[in-house]
Amino acid sequence: MSFAFWVVAALTVAGGLAAVLLKNLVHCALALTIAFAGLALLFLQLDAQFAGFAQILVYIGAVAILIVFAVLLTRSSETPAQGGIFSHTWLAGLVVAAGLFAVLAWAVIESAGGLPHESSAPAVTVMQIGNALMGRYVLPLEILALLLTAALIGAAIVAMHEKEGTK
Amino acid sequence: MNPLAGYLLVAALLFAIGLAGALTRRNAILVLIGIELMLNAANLNLIAFWRYGPHPEFLTGMMFAIFSIGVAAAEAAVGLGLIIQIHRLAQTTDLDKINRMKG
Amino acid sequence: MIQETVSFTPLSSASTIAQILWLIPAVPIVASGAIALMKQPLRKPAATVAIGSLGVSLVLSLFAFAHVLSGWAQGEAVRETVNFTWVQVGAAHVDLGWVLDPLAAVMMVMVSLVGLLIFIYSIGYMEHDENFTRFFCFLALFAGAMLGVVISNSILLLFMCWEIVGLTSYLLIGFWYQKPSAAAAAKKAFLTTRVGDVFFLLGIVWLFAQTGTLLFYNGGTGALEPLALGGMLATHAAWGLTAAGAIGLLIFAGAVGKSGQLPLHVWLPDAMEGPTPVSALIHAATMVAAGVYLVARVYPLMQAGVVPGGTTTALTAVTWVGAITAVFAALIAIAQNDIKRILAYSTVSQLGYMMAGLGLGGVAVGMFHLITHAFFKSLLFMGAGSVIHGSHEEQDVRRMGGLRRAMPLTFLTYAAGMLALCGFPIFFSGFWSKDGILAAAKHAEASGIGAGPFALLVFGALLTAFYMTRQVSYVFFGTWRGHGHPHESSRVMTMPLAILAFFAIALGAIGTPAWEWFKGFLENRVAPFSLAAFGAPEFFSLLGTSSLVVFIGLGLGWWMYGNKSPQPEEPDALEKALPPVWAVLRDKFYFDEIYGATVIAFYYGWARVADWLDRYVWGGAVAAVALLFRGWAQLNRLLDQYGVNGGFDKSCEELASGGGLLARMQTGRVQTYLRLLALAVVVLAAILIWSSRG
Repeated sequence: MSFAFWVVAALTVAGGLAAVLLKNLVHCALALTIAFAGLALLFLQLDAQFAGFAQILVYIGAVAILIVFAVLLTRSSETPAQGGIFSHTWLAGLVVAAGLFAVLAWAVIESAGGLPHESSAPAVTVMQIGNALMGRYVLPLEILALLLTAALIGAAIVAMHEKEGTK
Repeated sequence: MNPLAGYLLVAALLFAIGLAGALTRRNAILVLIGIELMLNAANLNLIAFWRYGPHPEFLTGMMFAIFSIGVAAAEAAVGLGLIIQIHRLAQTTDLDKINRMKG
Repeated sequence: MIQETVSFTPLSSASTIAQILWLIPAVPIVASGAIALMKQPLRKPAATVAIGSLGVSLVLSLFAFAHVLSGWAQGEAVRETVNFTWVQVGAAHVDLGWVLDPLAAVMMVMVSLVGLLIFIYSIGYMEHDENFTRFFCFLALFAGAMLGVVISNSILLLFMCWEIVGLTSYLLIGFWYQKPSAAAAAKKAFLTTRVGDVFFLLGIVWLFAQTGTLLFYNGGTGALEPLALGGMLATHAAWGLTAAGAIGLLIFAGAVGKSGQLPLHVWLPDAMEGPTPVSALIHAATMVAAGVYLVARVYPLMQAGVVPGGTTTALTAVTWVGAITAVFAALIAIAQNDIKRILAYSTVSQLGYMMAGLGLGGVAVGMFHLITHAFFKSLLFMGAGSVIHGSHEEQDVRRMGGLRRAMPLTFLTYAAGMLALCGFPIFFSGFWSKDGILAAAKHAEASGIGAGPFALLVFGALLTAFYMTRQVSYVFFGTWRGHGHPHESSRVMTMPLAILAFFAIALGAIGTPAWEWFKGFLENRVAPFSLAAFGAPEFFSLLGTSSLVVFIGLGLGWWMYGNKSPQPEEPDALEKALPPVWAVLRDKFYFDEIYGATVIAFYYGWARVADWLDRYVWGGAVAAVALLFRGWAQLNRLLDQYGVNGGFDKSCEELASGGGLLARMQTGRVQTYLRLLALAVVVLAAILIWSSRG
């Protein structure tokens, strides 16, 4: 394992930790952005260039911004949280997460012997990806398009101010 | 250490962190952040398996990951819209306080 | 002397009147049922129905009598029977039936005629009573049952009608049941006759066992016919008696109860608590005569095995009981002050005469006295009723007096009856009938029965004259000692009196020695009319004896009581003369007290034992069972309350709390749900990985 991998991995994990541990929401959003970036680099390391750039474009460019917007929009009632930032039953959640990690890690380590070692990097061109998208994966593509449209309209409706009625 | 194993472990860790955050933080937006982290960890898993698995020329893993990214984006949008609406109605995003489904 | 039995030639087929003979008792019984359904205010219809039904019976009885009479006149004996099987059990069968012969015909006419007259009399007597309808219902039932006894050819049917007669007697004695004394008297009558009836029933059962039939006459196979009698004579019972004798005695015991002979006489005087028509009909003329009639009916049985010139055990018993009763009751009658009670004891005494007559002289002698007695005794009772009515319901003779001026018609008829009862010579029927008995007693002295009965009967005649004179002088002579003004009774009451008075005189003619029509009729013999019989020496000596006795009695009575009218508070003339004798006589020889101390006390003791048994042993058992059930029920209740209910409630509580517990899981918070989901996924993943590893 190369040195670069460990650094990037550490960065990503740190970013993730920061995202869930910080008090200020905007700081959390920004830490999340760092985590996204680290992930993009990992994708690049895995020779998935398209995925990496898509990650940057979509996640960092849209989702993170969206989160920041939401934080700002719900800020007015944001007083210093009484009782702390964690739920008063945080231990249960932690235990469950830890348990999950334990199971996954155990699975990975147990089967570490059977995993392939080194393989050559696949030569993937964007043209191949485009062909695949339009060929084999055209149906999922169209459905994704529909989904995105629906999500767009839905989100707009959901978040829209009610003209009449309750406030 | 097997490179694949390394990637998988990182993905698992990220997933666990994301889950922990979603389950323990009081703010609704942070639940969403946790979910995004979980999705990303899954994507990492997919790409890693694509890279080190058999037949990477089929692009299965990559496609899966790309679609996942797309869906995640849509889901984030809707989710945040919902959070904003809840905030409008309940004047708070504290999940401990939103318990109208109690009982 | 006992007459030999004359055998009758049975007719092959019964005539029409015999076929419809059953109507004679049936019509009054049906009338009684109809009256029972009528309401109280329907007085006139009730009386009309009762009198009408008895009128029908009388007409039919007269037809039957005429039929028998014509047969006798032609020299053919009439004994027609109609029998039928009632119940058949295997080979044994219980038969019922009725018979038409001279005995039954005579009795039927007497019962229906006297009954009819008394029914008419009752319209006037019970006029002011509110239970008029009920009275006639019972009267009609009684009349029907009595006629049933008379015509019955089956001893069982006789017994059934006998019991109904006893029942109606109870109902009528206790007619004014609100009076405790009346209710007690009715109970006493019923129970005392019951004692006799038990023996009667034993006799019936024994007869059936011995002969296999319950019918008297059945074309040769009846119980009173030679074949059966021969069988009974051959069987020996206890104490030197044959079966015939023993059965005869048992049946006689029933007659003792019903006819008030010693020792079962105690009910008859108390029976005077009933209305006067009841006393007249039932306790003078008919019901008490049923006992005499019964003995007459089964006479062949009583007489079975007699040797010429001798007598049987059964008949000896009958004679002695009758003779002793005659004197005993007459003695008590002397010391009584209630007008009806005197007549009641007189009836007991005369019934004794009848029984003695049967025992000594045969059926005709006893029955003749029964017939004449029926007429003059009912006359006397109805006269007494008229006197009571006219004296404003006064019954004590010491508070009457001088009524011959105030109630002349009653006085005349009463005098006729009284003289008939005393046996005043020649003109009155009672003389001839009593004389017949005395003659038979004299004749029978040689048969082994001794001079005892004759002497007793003669003494009894003296006493009879004495006490009747006493009564008549107290009531009709002297001065009025009562309250208010006495008055004569209405026509509807005095007319029957007159009719009966006529019979009291005229009936004597059919029984004189010169023309023994009655005897001939009953025994199917021609009765020549010859005045020569008056010339027989024994007749004259007997006539002399009895007349002398009667005159002595009358004279003695008039001498002591005559026109004097002592005040009620003064002691009686006889009492002044012989105080201790008077006390014993007035207290009826203490018979009631003796019975009370012995039989009644014994009975009450047993009743107490039975009560104790019932209350504590049976009652205790029942209570124990009840307690068991209650305990069981309590257990059930507890089980239900705590076991079932409690268990159910508890489980419901658990369910509710369990539900509450589960409800708490629904916090309504998203993160809770997420955690649970994640936990599930972890578990699932672990399972999948684990299983794929293996």
